[in-house]
Amino acid sequence: MITLTDVHKAFGANRVLRGINLTVPTGKSMVIIGGSGTGKSVLLKCVLGLVTPEQGRIEVDGEDVGHARGGADRDAFLARFGMLFQGAALFDSLTVWQNVAFRLLRGAQKLPRAEARDIAIDKLRRVGLKPEVADLFPAELSGGMQKRVGLARAIAAAPEIIFFDEPTTGLDPIMSGVINELIREIVVEMGVTAMTITHDMTSVRAIADRVAMLHGGLIRWEGAVGDLDASGDPYVDQFIHGRAEGPIESVR
Amino acid sequence: MKALAALGRLTLGALAAVGRAGIFAFATLGHLLRPPFYWREFGVALMQIGYFSLPVVGMTAFFTGGALALQIYAGGARFNAEEVVPSIVAIGMARELGPVLGGLMVAARVASSIAAEIGTMKVTEQIDALVTLSTHPMKYLTVPRVLAATLAVPLLVGVGDAIGIMGGFIVGVNRLDFNAAAYLKNTADYLQPWDVGSGMVKGAVFGFLVALMGCYHGMNSGRGAQGVGRATKAAVVAASVLILAANYLLTELFFST
Ligand SMILES: Nc1ncnc2c1ncn2[C@@H]1O[C@H](COP(=O)(O)OP(=O)(O)OP(=O)(O)O)[C@@H](O)[C@H]1O
Ligand SMILES: [Mg+2]
Repeated sequence: MITLTDVHKAFGANRVLRGINLTVPTGKSMVIIGGSGTGKSVLLKCVLGLVTPEQGRIEVDGEDVGHARGGADRDAFLARFGMLFQGAALFDSLTVWQNVAFRLLRGAQKLPRAEARDIAIDKLRRVGLKPEVADLFPAELSGGMQKRVGLARAIAAAPEIIFFDEPTTGLDPIMSGVINELIREIVVEMGVTAMTITHDMTSVRAIADRVAMLHGGLIRWEGAVGDLDASGDPYVDQFIHGRAEGPIESVR
Repeated sequence: MKALAALGRLTLGALAAVGRAGIFAFATLGHLLRPPFYWREFGVALMQIGYFSLPVVGMTAFFTGGALALQIYAGGARFNAEEVVPSIVAIGMARELGPVLGGLMVAARVASSIAAEIGTMKVTEQIDALVTLSTHPMKYLTVPRVLAATLAVPLLVGVGDAIGIMGGFIVGVNRLDFNAAAYLKNTADYLQPWDVGSGMVKGAVFGFLVALMGCYHGMNSGRGAQGVGRATKAAVVAASVLILAANYLLTELFFST
């Protein structure tokens, strides 16, 4: 279970998070929606400790994330996580399969090279990529392919908790469907706890158990995906229907 | 009054930057001593920094050695001391010009490429990705490069010394009518092991500084392409100035009597 209590984060005068309270139950899929620039990516980075909040508590299974900041503790803590970055963040000095198998090639989960490669190729297949791409470099791939390699890397070491930052942006509708199904499968079959950021309402409905909307630095609404349409919240309604008119200003 | 305040701010800013770089240097040494050590990254860095710098450093040394021979000959002729050319070329190359010019060329080549590479990794979130994959960026990126540069640059300096002395020899024999055997004998007689050794120690310090500045500015790169550009420039400038300052201090330490 991931619990955020009164989390604040500002970059200079830009107060991005202004007291986030959110709970993600173990084995559930939480989708975070919200306008561009509202701090969704920052929120995920706070949980991972990549960004340090000025105030508030973040706990994973009751353990304060702030305590696991240094050394071996931190490695063990991070070994439980997989993360797909919004921009894929592939290592451009390594081939595709070495990216996917990064965690399997070093450290505590080290495997023989051939075995790691086999796992990488299997994960690539699951995100709809042919084995031929394994030996290419990230710069030789299209944006959507890079995104899927990032996804394969996030799930490669079978983590317990996975964060997906916009897994389907830049993908065609069919590939989006494949990825949505994959994420759902990972949560249901492997009992993974997932937090997904997406702007794609089809994805939201396909992936989510619960949905949280971030607006103005706060969680504006949180509830089961089935209640999304009947939330009664004008902000949520405007967002899910993509209306220009409503309480959310179009210039932000 | 305003000018004074600005000057104060500038000084404080500079001191803070030195402090941060110092902390970064100590952190690098700390990570060097604690496992894991990434051998593959180290090997790649050794090739990039050492082997691929050979042409640049060799050419720099060759032309410098040749020019040095001409200058010393011209200067020596003023008091009929032309025969000092071989020994002064050798000592000048080994003690000063080999390490300093070699170091500066490596700074231009290596500090810039390290800063640009790591800076780009920073702005494309690859550094964050490393962290989430339980890999410490200092251990994975900084330690191999700094260690490789510290070991490779002294060797580059050694090779540069030899090539520079050869440059002097070629000019001496072909343009200044020195006898080849006498030139070589003169060089061998006057060049002391410590002349070469001190230059290589300087090379190690310069290599450390170059890679450290590349990594430090890369890791602290601002956002976007502009941030990476600034980081790269800052790395080269800092590495070059530090090389010259360190060279003075080391020369003071080794040779002042
Ligand atoms: N490292 C940083 N330094 C300064 N400001 C930052 C940094 N990271 C994020 N921000 C700011 O925080 C705000 C939220 O950014 P974030 O990337 O979390 O948005 P987002 O909700 O993920 O948007 P999008 O849907 O467009 O990805 C933005 O205003 C951004 O400028
Ligand atoms: Mg984002």
